[in-house]
Amino acid sequence: MSDTQAPPPRSRRWMLYAPLGFAAAAGAGFFVMLRGLQTGGYNPRGVPSALIGQPAPDFSLPALDTTSLPALSAADLRAPLAAPVLVNFWASWCVPCIVEHPQLMRLHREGTRVLGINYKDRPTDAAAFLTRHGNPFSKLGRDEPGRVAIDWGVYGVPETYLVDRQGLIRWRFAGPITPEVLDQELRPLLRGYA
Amino acid sequence: MIPELGHFALALACVLAVAQSVMPIVGAHRRDVRWMATAGPLAAGVLVSVGVAFGCLVWAFAVNDTTVSNVVANSHSAKPLIYKVSGAWGNHEGSMVLWVLILALCGGAVAGFGRDLPTALKARVIGVLGWVASGFLLFIIFTSNPFDRIWPPPPDGQGLNPVLQDIGLALHPPMLYLGYVGYAVTFAFAVAALLEGRVDAAWGRWVRPWSLMAWSFLTMGIALGSWWAYYELGWGGYWFWDPVENASLLPWLVGTALLHSAIVVEKRDALKIWTVLLAIMAFAMSLLGTFLVRSGVLNSVHAFANDPTRGVFILALLMIYVAGAFAIFAWRAQKLAPTGIFAPISREGALVLNNLLLCSIAAVVLAGTLWPMFADILTGAKISVGPPFFNLATAPLAIPLVLAMPIGAMLPWKRGDVWGALQRLWWAACAALAVGFLMLVGAGLPVWPAIGMGMAMWLIVGATADVADRIALFRRPAQAWQRAKGLPRAAWGAAIAHAGMGVTIAGIAGMGVATDTLIALKPGETARLAGYEWRLDSITDAQGPNYAARRATITVSRNGAVVTVLEPERRTFQVDRQTTTEAAIHTNAMRDLYAVLGEERDGAGVLRLHHNPLAPWIWFGAVIMALGGGLSLSDRRMRVAAPAPKGATAPA
Repeated sequence: MSDTQAPPPRSRRWMLYAPLGFAAAAGAGFFVMLRGLQTGGYNPRGVPSALIGQPAPDFSLPALDTTSLPALSAADLRAPLAAPVLVNFWASWCVPCIVEHPQLMRLHREGTRVLGINYKDRPTDAAAFLTRHGNPFSKLGRDEPGRVAIDWGVYGVPETYLVDRQGLIRWRFAGPITPEVLDQELRPLLRGYA
Repeated sequence: MIPELGHFALALACVLAVAQSVMPIVGAHRRDVRWMATAGPLAAGVLVSVGVAFGCLVWAFAVNDTTVSNVVANSHSAKPLIYKVSGAWGNHEGSMVLWVLILALCGGAVAGFGRDLPTALKARVIGVLGWVASGFLLFIIFTSNPFDRIWPPPPDGQGLNPVLQDIGLALHPPMLYLGYVGYAVTFAFAVAALLEGRVDAAWGRWVRPWSLMAWSFLTMGIALGSWWAYYELGWGGYWFWDPVENASLLPWLVGTALLHSAIVVEKRDALKIWTVLLAIMAFAMSLLGTFLVRSGVLNSVHAFANDPTRGVFILALLMIYVAGAFAIFAWRAQKLAPTGIFAPISREGALVLNNLLLCSIAAVVLAGTLWPMFADILTGAKISVGPPFFNLATAPLAIPLVLAMPIGAMLPWKRGDVWGALQRLWWAACAALAVGFLMLVGAGLPVWPAIGMGMAMWLIVGATADVADRIALFRRPAQAWQRAKGLPRAAWGAAIAHAGMGVTIAGIAGMGVATDTLIALKPGETARLAGYEWRLDSITDAQGPNYAARRATITVSRNGAVVTVLEPERRTFQVDRQTTTEAAIHTNAMRDLYAVLGEERDGAGVLRLHHNPLAPWIWFGAVIMALGGGLSLSDRRMRVAAPAPKGATAPA
């Protein structure tokens, strides 16, 4: 404790400036973070997928026999692709998936290929979900045991990946794609990789 | 009309706050009594105007005025009235108004109750509070206006996040803000003292009640938040070392250090520079929490809507107040010449140890919270710092702190004798060792929970020994009652707060041996956990005021005798289509039986069942701590005017 003796010697005067220095450094760091938030250079949302920049892991899933949609396998995500595609993990029992669904429908109507992986679901429930809310998927694989989701490192449903024309995973989003996420993050990426 | 009135009241408050931040300080500098005398009326004016603004906001929520965009975004007519009202501060804009209201209340309290403060010090304290108030009022008016209109008005609001429709969360922010904002007052005292160039025993005496008040409310606020996470989030945990939780813990740690070092200033006229620094730090940590939660620089379950422009504004305020105060500190601190002498083995020595350990814990928590963010911008590495780091890094600091607590409380001022204190504590030490040993060997607990139990016992019995020693319970039992009545309330408060810490530690140790299971049951099937049989009777539909629910009925029995019936629910809120889990908890004060209903498939419900020994003690201990703080606050010494030292009214 510097103040237990008589006035602090001049040589230790700098210690009084230490708090100011720390505060200034922290302030500068926070400012860089805030700038990064606006420019996209800084994103606090979780740890990025280890698959970013990698090709999709190998898999082959059966079709959902209660729908007429074709089955999905890793071959559908291999280069060359005509345009970037989205891979969406979903389930009928997942409430945020209902929140996200209108955005997927919009993308589908606008011509983006959305490939679905139905996660730990019952075929009849999944088909009922698509009948009721509409079908945005051009292909749909059924991952009843959840093994493919483990290979992809899925946090939980819904979760969406963007695969570019070279078949490399470019973006992962854990959670529902809200209209804001669609407009601010996904659309620029789709344009960028088109 | 009412929202316009509120908006106008905010603008008026802002103008008055700007006046409050200039006139009294200029007056104190020029020793002009009339200018200094404006402090009180201006503080009262800010309080009234912010009060009117807050009332208007609550009104808009209560009547579900859908022409106000904040109401549309956060409320709905189908909500029960209490959650409509609490919704007024359950969002970013409204919570800022509440924050400023509490700040204005503190300013008014300094003006109203601080009659015995030297005029110049009082004027400077109120002036510094005016700086804080005007900054945050500008922030509200320019970036977060809660009274923004929307036209045409939508037919109804979009609802409040159902997770937030809860009584614990309705009370959590006001408690927390009373704590945070209380540190604005100690901050104002610190800056005022630096401007005056003098800190003396009387200053310590005025700072203590404010730091005690802030500390008690902050303790309650943190406990409420943790309790809410325990029963509402349905994870069965009570503390996750989430960045936002850490942000509330940091001012608590620094504030606890401040609480103790202010005693040294008051009693021994020492540690002045350090105490002033702590007072600034406590408020800096409160502001840091506000910045982290509202700017969007971190991701958390608790975070508010994120907006980088708001973040820049809060950062600017943070830098003005904190860096400004530190600059004044660097410039003026050497004027605070110490006068007291200091022996390492003494009450003040123990309080220094307390300060060092508390601040080290705070530094560890701060580093663990901020490091991932700074590592990201410095090296681009994405790392996450989780509970293993915090548990490992804080335990070696917390253990000596707990060990020293009863000893320090027993040491006399100036010159102490550790051996003498230990002699008076020998039975507490025996009890602690016996409990730890019994838990380890007798009950077969793992090492850490057994150590925790021993520590808890050490604190509780140590606090009892302290009181018994002071009232001479064993030496002169006949007069013990008389002496107990004569013992200062501050001494009682300290002992009670220390014992409350022990109760909380016992609860945490108990949670260390909690057991849980995840199981899918069909109606009629039974699971076993911790010696209880949990039978799922049925899963049925239920209807709430603004939600539909699936409700499981679980009969818990032990050795054939029914203990309780638990009814956990999974609620779906129609308005925002969100689902929440409502845990069912049965407590008998010694353990919680805790059940959560998950998904249903093929007629079976997925249930999470927990047996949490001593869980309620965690929050019960926090309540005891806060009560100890309150009792200490009611001490005669705090209420009766401190005798003004010579020349106190003449600023240096």
